[in-house]
Formats: sequence, structure tokens, C-alpha cells
Amino acid sequence: MAEKSLMKGNEALAEAALRAGCKCFFGYPITPQTEIAAYLSKRMPKVGGVFLQAESEVAAINMVYGCAGSGIRCMTSSSSPGISLKSEGISYIAGADLPCVIIDVMRGGPGLGGIQPSQADYYQITKGVGHGDYHIIVLAPSTVQEMADCVTKAFDLADKYRMPAVVLADGLLGQMMEPVAFDDAEIVMSDASEKPWAANGHGNKRKHNIINSLYLQAPELEQTIRDRYERYKKIEAEETRAVADYCDDAEIVVVAYGSTARLAKSAVDEARKQGIKAGVFRPVTLYPFPVKELNEAVKSAKKVLTVEMSMGQMVDDVKLAINCSRPVEFFGRTGGVIPAPNEILTKIKEMIGGNE
Amino acid sequence: MEFARLTIVTGHYGAGKTNFCVNAALDIAASGRECTVIDLDIVNPYFRTADFGELFAEKGIKLLNPVYANTNLDIPSLNIPLESILAGGGHVVIDVGGDDEGAKALGRYSEIIRGFADREMLYVINRYRYLTKEAADAAVLMREIELSSQLVCTGIVNNSSLGAETASDTVRESLAFAEEVSKLTGLPIRATCAAEGCMPENAPEPYIVRRYVRNLWER
Repeated sequence: MAEKSLMKGNEALAEAALRAGCKCFFGYPITPQTEIAAYLSKRMPKVGGVFLQAESEVAAINMVYGCAGSGIRCMTSSSSPGISLKSEGISYIAGADLPCVIIDVMRGGPGLGGIQPSQADYYQITKGVGHGDYHIIVLAPSTVQEMADCVTKAFDLADKYRMPAVVLADGLLGQMMEPVAFDDAEIVMSDASEKPWAANGHGNKRKHNIINSLYLQAPELEQTIRDRYERYKKIEAEETRAVADYCDDAEIVVVAYGSTARLAKSAVDEARKQGIKAGVFRPVTLYPFPVKELNEAVKSAKKVLTVEMSMGQMVDDVKLAINCSRPVEFFGRTGGVIPAPNEILTKIKEMIGGNE
Repeated sequence: MEFARLTIVTGHYGAGKTNFCVNAALDIAASGRECTVIDLDIVNPYFRTADFGELFAEKGIKLLNPVYANTNLDIPSLNIPLESILAGGGHVVIDVGGDDEGAKALGRYSEIIRGFADREMLYVINRYRYLTKEAADAAVLMREIELSSQLVCTGIVNNSSLGAETASDTVRESLAFAEEVSKLTGLPIRATCAAEGCMPENAPEPYIVRRYVRNLWER
């Protein structure tokens, strides 16, 4: 591994994209992720890539649609309200089976909300970003190093399954500084050489490719969607990722993702010091949700606590994943307020106490 | 470290300006002198000097923020009466936003600052910051900050660190870099910052600092 550098989460996302061969970035500024665009505006021209500030989020995602259709690795980034604007475009990209990476550095909502950190886009990103029957891959890092690693993974998965992949971070991760290392490999911009479906000019040498999400006959559309869902089955079976800490003998398992997982880990460390058998389970993939891994992690648990920076959204998936085999409770702060480790610890104690 | 009446702290964002400012203010206050900290950062939405209001209040340090600092209003509105603060006789530490963009806010006060002789404008460097790892890049950024702020830097602060992962080697391996920046800019090294136990023996102008800027899960 190369020497470590100190980077802001947003910078690490941006640098990792370059290193994954992302040749084109289209974006529109919004706090707390503007550093991604600012960073790429300086770096892209130096490595032969394209940085383009679009006139709006809607324009940016449609530029991604076009660029992805040509088989080149491309990305856009935004924060919560901006992702709402991109929703239609994301649906079209999914409907045309195109790979791209989208970054959401979440802030408080609804509406203009606030600029402080939040995880209230869970529903939006994992269930409802745009219309129609489809999924997008969602990766949720919890350190600056993992932010970089998730971007690389997102590009690979997007290409492998020909679908959009989202890196879901929050303002806390985007703005914080931590050491990060990249390998020393030279930056190589992507091309369409391994994408026979790409609409990148056929030169009268092959049949032309069409990028489209419109189907004239209903049965044809149904079959296309069914084929896509076969792919999702494979993704759900093969691509789940999660990290479990101290879950083997845990009587209470705290489930949290992203920066909240680090706050939860801090609370669980303290609980362990006080003799409470607590563990932390952190989904890294939110779609596909790590169902098998979670069931494994709660084996010895009597109760499950989900902690989020929202009013409780992932908690529904936790209940579904374990089929309500144990009581699942929720603790969260929202609107840009960050849950403190001692608040989480108090909730853990309350739940354990109620068990005796 | 001896501080001028007015200490202006500039640098690449993430170089550790805020942590340096907090240490400086606490040291000035501990020596029995009056101290005012001005958070002039109009770039960062959070993780800024304004976060240390409680600590400063406890130590009798005054803190002045942009009007909407740490709120949900992302507007760089400044109403800081620098001239009258300087006339008050106490020490002043100004935490400037990162890069040339952040230094623009300082430009607004450049005329008042140029008229105040007992001042230093420090350029904080960190050998581990991704885009300013090369001394030449760090030197170029300093010129950009000077152009943007319409003020010239007077000294270098080597604040090289890897956050929570900083060890004594981290600082030792930054000394040659700081030397090179000093040579390229023609400015003296005014401080080498390190935590207790991490200061290399041959560090020029050693300044022992504590890490106040921490993540919630490290507190």
C-alpha cells in the first residue's frame, strides 16, 4: 500500500473516481458535497478527463445518461435535494441498463432542510429513486478510506451488472478528514473496449446499438424487466457485504450504517467495558441488503437496536431481514442532529434492563 | 511560541489551521493575555473554530463568527469589526478558510491589517495533505492565498499530521518538506507542531500542540 495522505471524505470520493478510470464528471454544487466537484474541476484536466458543471442537477444526470451510453465510466454527485432532482434520470439510466456511479452525501430534509449530516435518504435511495420496477446498487462507507474503496467497487459492480450504483455517504463523512491510501497504479481513463453494447460509433463495421428505455409492446417490456430481476437475484445472492463486531456472544446487536455505525461502535465499546454483551452489525451494501449476514449476527441476540440519523428507515429492512424473530427497536436523531455515543449507550442499557 | 498581537492563520484546507488556532488561543489566554479568536472560514459548513465556543468561554477567550456559522444558512455574511477589536489592545487570532477561496474573506480586511504593524500571517502546511505533498505545490498555493487576500505571508507553520494516526515518524518525515517550502518561499519556519512525545529532537521551533479537532466517536 502506498503512503497515507490526509484527505477529506469528499476529496477521497473524487480521487477514487479518477483512479477507477472515471473519465467524465457532471455535477452541480450543493453543500455538503461541493468539494467533490471543486476537487475534480482541478484534477480532471490534468489526467485527461472531463469536468463539466451542468446548469442543473437534471442536466447533470442526463449528461451521465448519454455518457454512460457511450460506454465510458462516468459519475455525478449531489446531496439529498439534488438527488430528488436526479430521480427521473436515474430511472431512465436503469431502464436503459447503463452503468454509472452516483454519489449522495446526505443532508437534512425534507425540502431544503439543512446542510448538516443526515441519513434520511435511505428510503429514497434504496426504494424510491425514480419510477418503475428496478433496483440500484447502494454502498454505504463508514470511513474516508472506505469511501475511496466503495467508489472503486461501485464502478466495478455498475459495469458488471450494467446498472447504476450509488455511494451513499452523509455530511459527516463528506466533511471529515482521515488518512487514506491509494495504490500506486497509474491513472488510466476508461473506454468502451469491453462494452459491446455501447453506442460509441459503429463505423459501418457492426450492427448499430440502441440505448433506450421505451418498449412498444407491453409483453416485451415485461420480459425485459423479468430479465433484469433475474440479474437482481444474482446480485442479492453474491454481492452482499457487511461487517459484524462482537456479535458472536451478543445479547443485543446494534445495527447501523455509515458514520452512525462508528458512533454505535463507540457506544458498544463502552457497553462491553461495563459488562454488557453488545455487538454492532454494519451493512456495507444497503441494496442488496445483507440478509444472510444479519441473521447470522443476531443468532445469540435477544434484542436488536437500529440506530440511524433519521426517524427510522433502515429499521424496516432490519425487521424484514430477520423476519421479526426478535424485537427490533429504534433510536435516532434527525434534522442534522448527530446521535451521541452516550445516548446510544443509554438506549442499549434501557433495552437490556427491560429484558431482566 | 511567541505570538504577535495579530496572528492570521492561512493554509490549504484540512492542513490543520483550526487545531493550530485553538492551541494558539489557549496558550495566549494561559499566559494571562486577553485573546479574541475570529473564525473567518466561509468555506467549511462544519468542523470549524466556531465548534469551540464552550471551551473558549471557559478560558475567557472571545470568539467571533460569521453571522450564520454552524447554522443551516450557507451564506458567507461577515460583520466582524476588526478595527475596533485591534484597538482594544488584546491578542487576536484569525482562522482563515482554506485555500485561495477561503482567503478571499480576509481580503475584505486587508487594508486594516496592512495598517497594523504587530502582526504575523502564518501559512500552515501539512506534508500529508493529498494535493500539497510536494513543496512546490505548497509554495504555489501560498502565492494564490496571498493574491486572493491581498496580504503577504510572514512565516511557515509545519503542522504535518495524519490525524488520529499521527506518530513521531509522521512529524520527523515532514521536516525536510517544511525546510523545502521555507526555502522556496523565503519564509522562516515559525513552528513545528507535534503532540507531546511526537516532537523530533531536531525540529526547528518546536511547538507542542494538543489535538482538539476530533471526531465524535473519538471524544
